[in-house]
Amino acid sequence: MTIVIVDYGMGNLFSIYNALDHVGGNPRFARDPQDLKGAKAIVVPGVGAFGSCMAQLSRFSESLLQHFQEGVPMLGICVGMQVLFEESEESPGAAGLGWISGRVVRLPAGVMIPQMGWNCLKIKQHVEMLDGISEGDMFYFVHSYYGLPEDDSVVAATTEHGVDVTAAICRDNLFATQFHPEKSGPKGLQILKNFVRAARC
Amino acid sequence: MLARRIIPCLDCDLGVPGGRVVKGIEFKQIRYAGIPWELAGQYYQDGADEIVFLDITASADRRETMTGVIKETSRSVFVPLAVGGGTSSLDQAREVFNAGADKITLNTSALKRPELIEEIAEQYGNQAVVLAIDAKRRYSLEESREIVQTDDGPCWFECSYYGGRQFTGIDALAWARRAVSLGAGEILLTSMDRDGTYDGFDIPLTDAVARRVNVPVIASGGCASPDHMLEVFNQTDASAALAASIFHFGEWSIGQVKSYLKDRGVNVRI
Repeated sequence: MTIVIVDYGMGNLFSIYNALDHVGGNPRFARDPQDLKGAKAIVVPGVGAFGSCMAQLSRFSESLLQHFQEGVPMLGICVGMQVLFEESEESPGAAGLGWISGRVVRLPAGVMIPQMGWNCLKIKQHVEMLDGISEGDMFYFVHSYYGLPEDDSVVAATTEHGVDVTAAICRDNLFATQFHPEKSGPKGLQILKNFVRAARC
Repeated sequence: MLARRIIPCLDCDLGVPGGRVVKGIEFKQIRYAGIPWELAGQYYQDGADEIVFLDITASADRRETMTGVIKETSRSVFVPLAVGGGTSSLDQAREVFNAGADKITLNTSALKRPELIEEIAEQYGNQAVVLAIDAKRRYSLEESREIVQTDDGPCWFECSYYGGRQFTGIDALAWARRAVSLGAGEILLTSMDRDGTYDGFDIPLTDAVARRVNVPVIASGGCASPDHMLEVFNQTDASAALAASIFHFGEWSIGQVKSYLKDRGVNVRI
């Protein structure tokens, strides 16, 4: 059973690798689209600007979409969640993957930007990826932008930072978090365990 | 709302194989506290919100020891890791990030060459650059200084570097603002007057910096009890409190400190 982490050259993947390894996910990296072959589950991480992430990720987009449509469990993290949307205020003109209708917008003026630190979840849907997670549990966030889906029904959890910020989305076999489960202590590991379990099914 | 963070700091002597954690008193005397990744792992289990490693030896030939410490730690610690000491170039910063650090803390090297803040922030983002300031009260007032009122009279704060061994003449409050404009995403603010004294945080210093910058400020230096943390959270906008000795020598566990704060209305992660 292998979980594949898409390594498209954006940032340090050591943490997510170690965290998945720690919960028995047997991770490996995909540096080319063909490396996704045989993946039981796929993680799309992301740091940096939306536009530069998409510039690097776009060569994977066809293969990722195919796996998504085949029902392979997928987990987007941070900018790896934002790229699922159609576009972002951060990088006007750059197209996202567009699997989730809506756009990525900047956190409101008047709050600390980036939001950096531990904030609590308001759970909107008790999806399987949130098994073992309770209302008010805290997770580690580092971001200046957040996804705003057109259809509220994909929102699994929010957090408050000036406004209700989309913290997790869920659509079929796709789950994504604005926070970093790999940096969120035991509760974060619980989400990764849920993901590993989904990969086994 | 963001939680107030509790951060244990591990000062590392990398002059011994594998490295070890030490604790100085007023930046001088050294006590031995343990193996870096073992202590970090214990603090993680106890509920630390973040771990800070500072290489107090900070010599070039010991960089590999520090990357080893980070690698070993990041295998079992799943909260952010910040690492500082002896980083003076983007290439060196890259080694630290590649080993698994989430943030790098800069002090001496940023004072000597402020552009380093910009260079690292450009590549890794502002949130990855923590500016460490070691500040000392100066009661001899000069006109160009930013003056703060304290119980001991008005003073300004001077930045020190080389682990507190040399002074720069630079005003700490002005430096904090400038560093943030260059891209520092957080300030780790240590009071040299309080460090190792167990007298509590320097409240006027912490308050003055937190009012001047719009990035998180980590209060450091002088913490001996959860009451000191309560004080700094109630009286200033500090985002985090950092401590070493009270955790290293088992006086309080991180879990105990957090319960104490939560019972008194502070928003912390339990």
